[in-house]
Amino acid sequence: MSVGLVLVAHSVMLADGTAELARQMAPDVELRCAAGDPDGGLGTSLTRVQDALSAALRVVDDVVVLADLGSAVLTVESALELDPELPSRVRLVSAPFVEGAVAAAVTAQQGAGLDAVAESARAAVLSIGPEPVLQLVEAPGAGTADSPAVVRTRASGEAIPLPGPSSSGGADEVTATVPVRNPLGLHARPAAVVARAVADLGVPVTIDGADATSVLQLMSLGTSAGDVVTITARGPEAEAAVAVVVGLVQGGFGEL
Amino acid sequence: MTVLDVAWAERWMQTAATDVRAARDELTELDRRVGDGDHGVNMDRGLSAVVERLDDPALPPRETVGQVLRLAATTLMSTVGGAAGPLYGTALLRASKVTDRPDLSASGVVSMMEAAVEGIVARGHASVGEKTMVDAWQPAAEAAERAEDAEDVADVLRAAAEAAAAGAEATVPLVATKGRASYLAERSAGTQDPGARSSAIILAAAVTAAEGRDA
Repeated sequence: MSVGLVLVAHSVMLADGTAELARQMAPDVELRCAAGDPDGGLGTSLTRVQDALSAALRVVDDVVVLADLGSAVLTVESALELDPELPSRVRLVSAPFVEGAVAAAVTAQQGAGLDAVAESARAAVLSIGPEPVLQLVEAPGAGTADSPAVVRTRASGEAIPLPGPSSSGGADEVTATVPVRNPLGLHARPAAVVARAVADLGVPVTIDGADATSVLQLMSLGTSAGDVVTITARGPEAEAAVAVVVGLVQGGFGEL
Repeated sequence: MTVLDVAWAERWMQTAATDVRAARDELTELDRRVGDGDHGVNMDRGLSAVVERLDDPALPPRETVGQVLRLAATTLMSTVGGAAGPLYGTALLRASKVTDRPDLSASGVVSMMEAAVEGIVARGHASVGEKTMVDAWQPAAEAAERAEDAEDVADVLRAAAEAAAAGAEATVPLVATKGRASYLAERSAGTQDPGARSSAIILAAAVTAAEGRDA
């Protein structure tokens, strides 16, 4: 069960740049670009789309396609209409081009199936949506001297209580709080490092309520240097999983 | 009596290529105002490629109208950049599926027009009044239906082409809500939709090609 990506864009530079971003976080994913018109100028080409799809489908089971502007979508739909074999293995998703490509690539890198990869691309619109996924509110009494007293709530307003300063938890739940040291916080590269590590562990972990295997959810936390994050895991491997993530955060995700 | 056979279908594509080339600068200027300015060049390139393939002795001769339209459809899809390639390509591809016969009757022309409109609507998700190709093709298909009882099949085509021209003209005051022109919103009013204009030219070419047989 492997899923590849085809990026269909009017501009070769746009597709190549987006592929570069996605590959940084998902180096092993089959990722192809079909960009530019038949002469290489701005536009899209059915032949380029067909070639990219058939090349990708020789390597992977299924392909998720992202398109940049209306006529790129039309070109992909035409390719799907012309070849009746394609629609069962190719999914054109309604997703933001750059964010969707990154999210889909990271999900595919973790070995997810077609539905999950497509869904992660679609869900990526949350990172640029009109309503922030998470917003900061003041939490009186929480936090320590060197870490801001901040708790994050979902956009709905439902509060997530800030846990104690050290490891704690219920029967099978382990929680730790730790300040982020990186100047840029949990930006794209650290988020990808965490997402891959947690996916490899196979233990459900959340950071401030965000799914730690989702780069986009982690990035949308908007964590910056000095923010205290809450890491929570469940199950028999929870303690080890929390320790791994705490180690990554304290180690500055290898950036410091 | 006019016969709309394979030779007519090929003449239609050749005439469309000639007429679109003649209108290339006009189409480009319209598209420059409401889009990305490449419609004239793109359609010229695509239809020239269709003519080249029709003239290619290595390709098997076409035996049905549908085969001509299918060849045109796949060629336009792969050579016209932008939205026009998939839209015209899908229109002709759907039309080719209902015209797989040596010549078309009046009801055959009506079916062809209806299938083409369905293809454009399916691909472009547009409806009448949104300043798109649909504003030329939809009234053209309706006019063809009304003219279905005409004695001469050329009259069915003529009714469609005249309705397409009027429909294209009627896009001038409209505000675009689909495609690249929709980004301009109110500022798209005052310019004829380039896709509707090229549609009118291509449907007029179908009439010219039919009259060529009479002459």
